[in-house]
Amino acid sequence: MRIRPVGAHALLLDCDDPDQVQAWRAELWRRRDAGELSAVEIVPAAATVLLDGVPDPQAAAARIVGWTPRSGTDPAATAEVEVPTVYDGDDLPAVAGHWGVDVPAVVDRLRRTEFRVAFCGFAPGFAYLTGLPAELAVPRLATPRTRVPAGSVALAGPYAGIYPSASPGGWLLVGRTDLVLFDVHADPPARLAPGTRVRLVTP
Amino acid sequence: MIEVVRAGALTTVQDQGRPGYAHLGVPRSGALDPAALRLANRLVGNPETAAGLEITLTGCDLRFPRSVTVALTGAEVDVRIERPPVAHANTIDPPIDPPIDPAPPSGGRPVEHRPGDVGRPLSLPAGAVLRIGPASAGLRNWLAVSGGIAVEPVLGSRATDTLAGLGPPPLRDGDRLPLGVPVGHPAPVDLTVTPPVPAELRLALRLGPRHDWFGDTALDLMLHTPYAISPLSNRVGARLVGAALPRAVASELPSEGLVLGAVQVPPDGQPLIFLADHPTTGGYPVIGVVDDVTPLAQARPGTTVTFHGPQR
Repeated sequence: MRIRPVGAHALLLDCDDPDQVQAWRAELWRRRDAGELSAVEIVPAAATVLLDGVPDPQAAAARIVGWTPRSGTDPAATAEVEVPTVYDGDDLPAVAGHWGVDVPAVVDRLRRTEFRVAFCGFAPGFAYLTGLPAELAVPRLATPRTRVPAGSVALAGPYAGIYPSASPGGWLLVGRTDLVLFDVHADPPARLAPGTRVRLVTP
Repeated sequence: MIEVVRAGALTTVQDQGRPGYAHLGVPRSGALDPAALRLANRLVGNPETAAGLEITLTGCDLRFPRSVTVALTGAEVDVRIERPPVAHANTIDPPIDPPIDPAPPSGGRPVEHRPGDVGRPLSLPAGAVLRIGPASAGLRNWLAVSGGIAVEPVLGSRATDTLAGLGPPPLRDGDRLPLGVPVGHPAPVDLTVTPPVPAELRLALRLGPRHDWFGDTALDLMLHTPYAISPLSNRVGARLVGAALPRAVASELPSEGLVLGAVQVPPDGQPLIFLADHPTTGGYPVIGVVDDVTPLAQARPGTTVTFHGPQR
């Protein structure tokens, strides 16, 4: 892990792999809760954790390099969300083609996979789910759809994701869910926060 | 309540934004110049966190059924207060004083023309119409109204997020906005100093976190050649047009968290400075971060922008 300065009030932890991202995100959340770290935002991403709104980034960086992320202490990971999924996406045959299996095998694999929210982005409540092995990564559509309906369950690269609201999108559609993923009146507003374990179950 | 007579090109409800939700993909949003909105709030006696309006270039016209105090900050604009007609005023006796405006427009209302009323509290009688004209210099104004705009908060903020679609939609003609109960008195201020809109912006830039994705040529261009504000700029970001910044690393950057003022360089090499409605993560390398983006809130398309290191 390497710490990079970002402007006058932020730091970027450049991690070696997604597991290290999870570990540092959990550690930094824990340290902030304990009052040992001051940051307005702690934002995990694919290979980094951003700390924004840090009063004294140089002092914070000096402290962080002395910390070691504890394993198995991620409070977010205790939550598991079952997402009832109807597997009828238009791109199931394309995914089957990329994986070299038939469509029922794709569905079976997705149903059995224990996913975890690596990070959120793109839109409020949009979670990037990891859990599929790297060799099952799929490319995005060459031409994105102009409109992907809310609740669409989709794959791109090594990730699975669920569109919380309708938007343009280039991910491969494998199914859909009625589960509300982002509700501004809920606390927290996002059903799938970083660290949450997720299963895409058949209703 | 505010009745929106003319919404203008883009008028949105804004406050100090909704920080603390970036890890869930929720942008910060809020006024593009938060200090200017805080000043407007102080002038009318509101808490600094109250919601007001952010008005873009073309102004807007608002009617206030009840008496209020308002204050406008930001760009240079012409402000007119149209007072309601006094019942039967002209049918009993001829007016003693000559009308302020000798040729009132349709409706026969006496119109008070008040130029240059940016930066001080204005007391409006019940039924008054506030006509905010187009900006003559700069781009945006912030309007505070005593009591604050009391639309339903979303995740602790009433701000319109034009990227994520959170908060109330941009104002349309005929909209009605609720107002809160005033809690303070207007500031005893006749005039505040509004910094003039500079013809050219010089922005302090700190390199990183991904300046190492660019060669010395790009860093030299960034700090020594002028850029121009593109007409495609909006609340999400100020797009720049100028020398394309060549990359030294060709591979694809995995998405990573973004901060306000991050200067992202997409494949076409034309930098983009992220403003209040910026996405929480992005997949193009950030060459540097601008210390203070608030001057960009007034930068019209074509405005020249240069960058310098933070040491100056």
